[in-house]
Amino acid sequence: MGFKLSIKLLSIKLLALAAFTTAAAAQDKDKTGDIVARGEYLARAGDCTACHTAPEGRLFAGGRAMPTPFGTLYTSNITPDPETGIGKWSADDFYKTMHSGRFPDGGLIYPAMPFASYTKVTRADSDAIFAYLRSVAPVNQKNKPHELRFPYDNRQLILGWRTLFFSEGEFKPDPKKSAEWNRGAYLVEGLGHCGMCHSPINALGGTSQSDAFKGGLIPMQNWYAPSLTSNREAGLGDWSIKDITDLLQTGVSMRGVVYGPMAEVVHNSLQYLNDEDTRAMAVYLKGIAEPSPPPAASSALPTSESSLLISLGKTVYDKNCASCHGTQGEGKPPHWPPLANNQSIEMQSAVNPIRMVLNGGYPPGTKGNPMPYGMPPFAGLLSDNEVAAVVSYIRTAWGNRGTTVSAREANELRSAPLN
Amino acid sequence: MFARFTAPAIAIAVLSAFDGAAAQPANQPPDTMAARVEACTPCHGNKGEGTSDVYFPRLAGKPAGYLYNQLLAFRSGRRKYPPMNYLLEFLPDPYLEAMAEYFASEHPPLPQPAPSEVSKDVLAHGELLATSGDAGRNIPACVSCHGPGLTGMQPGIPGLLGLRANYISAQLGGWRYGTRTAKSPDCMQLVAGHLTEADVTAVAAWLATRPAPANPAPVPKGTYALPFGCGSQPN
Repeated sequence: MGFKLSIKLLSIKLLALAAFTTAAAAQDKDKTGDIVARGEYLARAGDCTACHTAPEGRLFAGGRAMPTPFGTLYTSNITPDPETGIGKWSADDFYKTMHSGRFPDGGLIYPAMPFASYTKVTRADSDAIFAYLRSVAPVNQKNKPHELRFPYDNRQLILGWRTLFFSEGEFKPDPKKSAEWNRGAYLVEGLGHCGMCHSPINALGGTSQSDAFKGGLIPMQNWYAPSLTSNREAGLGDWSIKDITDLLQTGVSMRGVVYGPMAEVVHNSLQYLNDEDTRAMAVYLKGIAEPSPPPAASSALPTSESSLLISLGKTVYDKNCASCHGTQGEGKPPHWPPLANNQSIEMQSAVNPIRMVLNGGYPPGTKGNPMPYGMPPFAGLLSDNEVAAVVSYIRTAWGNRGTTVSAREANELRSAPLN
Repeated sequence: MFARFTAPAIAIAVLSAFDGAAAQPANQPPDTMAARVEACTPCHGNKGEGTSDVYFPRLAGKPAGYLYNQLLAFRSGRRKYPPMNYLLEFLPDPYLEAMAEYFASEHPPLPQPAPSEVSKDVLAHGELLATSGDAGRNIPACVSCHGPGLTGMQPGIPGLLGLRANYISAQLGGWRYGTRTAKSPDCMQLVAGHLTEADVTAVAAWLATRPAPANPAPVPKGTYALPFGCGSQPN
């Protein structure tokens, strides 16, 4: 009887599952048939909304301030309004702009618009995004003029930047790799424009091709975007595919959690990607990561000072941190991330762990994790010395291989911009 | 025969194990709002009662609608305080609503009012403004919107008790200078625009001396009519 009942229950479950997959398949078919829906999906993948919509502003009407080391840029209106938006553009104009970083009249676009990545986008995808942008409500709102300091207000300077850092051309699949790897590469290098943050930015505001995805401090924001190629940073070589896709889709994983600028990317863009595309990105990201030699164990502090700092750090940790992150740094993942064997704690730059201790933070609220747990800010509770001590402790305890940090480094980040 | 039936049997076992795990997750943080809002507690207290820092307000017992409006305003950057703007930036509406409801439903006791540092005359001026307003200068009494007991009204009007003078005067200053704004018609900005600096000091000082009433709960929606339109409290 019991057995029969189980079989019956199972059949119901299987039936329900079958119905669900059929519905999902039908929905997918509709999606591929609908260029506007596909364009919306791709616009999400390219995170167009985040920059082209101002806080409390109308969708795609632009006007969001983008602070840069050279002054403030304001994003443009890309609604189909004929006067102030892109209502008079053709699909050709749109593709050329995305592809070449020039307006239809030939004018040069500032590289805050990630055209060095968008140049890789295919014509078909560009057309779909354009069809979607044509479908949103037109907003009559003039673009706000940029506020750039001399000499950066001279657009001709962009020509120099382009010569050094821009190579035009659609994505070329690598025939030696799988279709999945190539799809991931297309998304990461193209629409995802991950290299904009995860590559070192030099004094000229550019990234050289050979340094792609090697990590860097994000100008103006003072968050460190870790290397995607080094397993000592955010290289995902020894992560499981599931942990990577969890992180990208929900913002939390068994290995770590996203905060700061990466929380924005997951919130506005990555959580909307389907399972296949997320998996493709994970496969590609895992593939480009490689073991790298540990950096020379250098610390600005003398050994005796370091050991005092670490011993104070343990006291601070046990009192304030261990209740969530565990006495052995094991955490309660995915919501309370582990600190032991956590690359973002150990990596050479200590900027992110110091910022997290000072300001706390919430991972993004996503479909997969709508009510995230938050980390309290300790800026008001801990002195510079205590912040340095606890960060030094978590970077060196439990087999972690980071270096100690000084009170001065902690103090400097108290004034770092928060948004 | 055996082989035919093991697969479903295993599937059922796995499913039940999974259902069980979901109900009682092992080694996970408590599935409560209290655990989720721990990021708020260093500044606002464990139950939103406030802390020793005079610039961080009490949240407990304020109307949920008011708290939700503030969370939305901090998230969008309309209300500017970088540590708050940063924490809330990527949290969805229903979660902010749940946070607002959580703190609205907490009722730790109101603190003892601190002795005031201002003169009797200043306190008397503050009391007059708060309870009677100044019709000649278009200043309505605080009590005309925030309630006769100053405990606020559901859903959008906050109580003014349990706050320190520094916090109240900083907020009134924010309204006066336009750094704190709310949905149009922005009633508080209209009122604060008529206040002088001396008015702000006086009214903040008097409000901070008020003892806790027997019932500190905000009164229900519609208990009294507002003297003018207010975007945060639509009629």
